[in-house]
Amino acid sequence: MNKIKVPITENLGHGHLACAGCGAAISMRLTLKALGEKTIMVFPASCWSIVPGFWPYSSYRITAVHAGFVTGAATASGVRAALDVRGDDETLVAVWAGDGGTFDIGLQALSGAAERNENLLYICNDNEGYMNTGTQRSSATPLLAWTTTTPVMQPKENPKKDIMAIMADHHIPYAATATIAYPEDLIRKLEKAKGIRGTRFIHLFSPCPPGWKMASEQSVKISRLAVRSRIFPLYEIENGRDYTIQEEQRVVPVREYLKLQGRFSHLTEKDIEITQANVDDTWERLLRRARC
Amino acid sequence: MKRVITGNQAVAYGVILSRVDVVSAYPITPQTTIVEELSELIASGRLKTRFLKVESEHSAMAALIGASTGGVRCFTATSSHGLAYMHEMLHWASGARLPIVMVNVNRAIGPPWNIWSDQSDSLSQRDTGWIQLYCENNQEVLDTILQAYLIAEKVKLPVMVVLDAFVLSHTSEPVEVPSMEEVDSFLPPFCPDYPIDTQEPRAYSVITMPEHFMEFRYKIQKAMEEVPDVSKKVDDEFRSRFGRGYGAIERYGKEEAEVLLMTSGTVTSTSRTVIRKLNEDGLSVAGLKIKRFRPFPSEEIYGAIKGAKKLAVIDRNLSAGVGGIFAQELRASLYPREERPQVFGFVSGLGGRDITPELIGQAIQYTVEHPQPEEEILWLGLKR
Repeated sequence: MNKIKVPITENLGHGHLACAGCGAAISMRLTLKALGEKTIMVFPASCWSIVPGFWPYSSYRITAVHAGFVTGAATASGVRAALDVRGDDETLVAVWAGDGGTFDIGLQALSGAAERNENLLYICNDNEGYMNTGTQRSSATPLLAWTTTTPVMQPKENPKKDIMAIMADHHIPYAATATIAYPEDLIRKLEKAKGIRGTRFIHLFSPCPPGWKMASEQSVKISRLAVRSRIFPLYEIENGRDYTIQEEQRVVPVREYLKLQGRFSHLTEKDIEITQANVDDTWERLLRRARC
Repeated sequence: MKRVITGNQAVAYGVILSRVDVVSAYPITPQTTIVEELSELIASGRLKTRFLKVESEHSAMAALIGASTGGVRCFTATSSHGLAYMHEMLHWASGARLPIVMVNVNRAIGPPWNIWSDQSDSLSQRDTGWIQLYCENNQEVLDTILQAYLIAEKVKLPVMVVLDAFVLSHTSEPVEVPSMEEVDSFLPPFCPDYPIDTQEPRAYSVITMPEHFMEFRYKIQKAMEEVPDVSKKVDDEFRSRFGRGYGAIERYGKEEAEVLLMTSGTVTSTSRTVIRKLNEDGLSVAGLKIKRFRPFPSEEIYGAIKGAKKLAVIDRNLSAGVGGIFAQELRASLYPREERPQVFGFVSGLGGRDITPELIGQAIQYTVEHPQPEEEILWLGLKR
C-alpha cells in the first residue's frame, strides 16, 4: 500500500467521553483529519451523541448537527439542500451513524437518500450492536455473537446483514469498507470519497472493548484480524458495479479473531466451524459479485 | 389579482409568494395536490425552490430540520397519518427553535381508513411546541401562510397552518392573490441568528444535562407567550397592507348575546349563516371563531365572552376519554376566571360527516333550552 500523508490537524478535541480503547474514537480522529474543517457532520443518535460531551461543550472542532435516530441521511439531505440554495457547493456534508442507525432504524432514510443520489458522504461506524444503550443486538451483530438481547443460551441466530451489497444495489457512485488497522487505506478512501459527487458510503469497522468483551489495548489488533480472517474484507464498489478488493494475503482462520473476544467465548468447536463456513460463504459471495 | 382556486392551490401560492427555499414532502390524500402543484411550478422553472421528494413524512420533516438549521426558509405539507408519523420530528423542530411552516390538511386518522375532514390529526400534536393556526376559507389559507413565516421567524418556533380536507383543500373559491412585490415588502428574507458556518463551527442540539435542559424548555414557553403580541402586530401590518386581517379569534353576530357558539375551520362559515338567521329571528346568540389554537387564546376569548351565560363548542375531533379538544382547552382556560359561563361541548362531523346548518341549529337550540349540559360530551348527529 502506498504511503499517504496524514494531516496533522486534530479535529476531535480533548476531553471526549469515549471508553478506553474505543475503536470508533480512533476512526473519528482519522476521519476528521481526512475530511478537514470544511465539513458539516450530521449525527443521528449513537455513542457519538454523547462522546463529544454535554452542552455547552463539544469536542468536535467541525460543525456538528445532532439529529433524530432515524434521520441521519434525511437531515443531511436537508443541510445539503440549504447549502446548495446558499450557493455553497464546496462544503462537505457527512453523516456519522452507528450500525443501528444505518442497518436498522435509519435504513429507510438512507435508502431514500441513496436512491435520490443525494450529494453526501455517509459513514456507518459499525461496532456490531447497540453499544450506547448497553450492547443489544442489531442486524449488524454477527452470527452466534453474545449481546444482552442474545444471551449465550440463545446467541444471535442470523448472520450479519450485507449493508455493502444493499448500498451497491442503489448504484451509488462510491461505497467502501475501512478500518483503523489500515489507517492509510481509510484515509485514502475518505479522500477519494470526498472528491466524488453523489451519495458515498463508507462502512467503518470499529471494535468496541466493553461491548465485545475484549481488552482495550486490542482494538487495532482485532480490526486487523477482522480483515485477515475475512470477517471484514476491505474493498470498494464504484457505481454499484466495479469492485476493487484490497486482498489481505496473510489470511488467518476466523478462530484467531473470535478467541480474543468475550462475546464469542461461549462458542463450541461446532459453532466456530459454522462461523468459518459463514465467513467463507460471504467471501465467495463477494468474489462472485466482484467478478460479475 | 383575483383567482378562483382550491385551498391546496392557495397553499401553493402562499409558498411561492413566501419565496420558500426548500420544500420536502411526501404524498398523502388530501394534501397531494399541494405537492403536485409545487412540483409543476418547480419543473417549469417558475419557482426557484429545491424540492426534496423524500421517502416518508418522517424524513420530510427531518430534511427540513437540516435545511432550516442550514439557514433557509422551509415548507412542507401533510395530513393525518403523515402528520402522526412526523410526531418525533415535530418535537425536534420546535426544540431546535426552527421557524418551519407546515400545512396540515385536516383528515381523520384510521382505523378504519377515512380520508375526510377531522381535526384529530393536528390536535393530537398540540403538545409538540408548534403554533397552530386554523383557517376558514381559501383566502385565509393563503394569507395565513404569509403571516406564518413572519411569526415563526420572529419567535423562532414552527407554525402549522391547518385547513379542512376537501371542504377547502379541493373546493374552489375566489381568492385575492397579492403580487410578489407586495409580499416582498411585507415578508423580508429569512435571516437566522445562527446559520451553519464552517468558519465558525458550532454544535447544534447537543445533549444537555438536567441542570440546563429545563431552561431550554422555559425559553420555548416564553417564546410561545410572545406569540399573541407578535401575531397581532403581524396581522395588523397585514391588514394595513392588504386590507384583510383575522385576529386570533373573531366574534360575530349579536352583541351582548347570552349564548355564544365557538367553532374553528370551515364549520365557522356555516355557523355564520345559521347565526345571522337566528339573530334575524330575534335570538340572542353570537359566534366565536377560533383561529389560533396554540398558544390557546385565553385572554382574547375571555375578553370576547363578557356577559355570555353559555358557551357552546362544536369540536370536529375527539380525545377519547375526555371529549372535544377545543371544549377541553376552553374549560381549562376559564377555570381561573371570575366569570365562568357553562360550557356545552358538542362533538360532531368526525371523519368528514357534514356539520349541516340543521345540526348547528340543534346545538344552539339545546344550549338555549338547557341551563347546563346533561352530558359532558354532547354528540351531535350521532346515529345511536
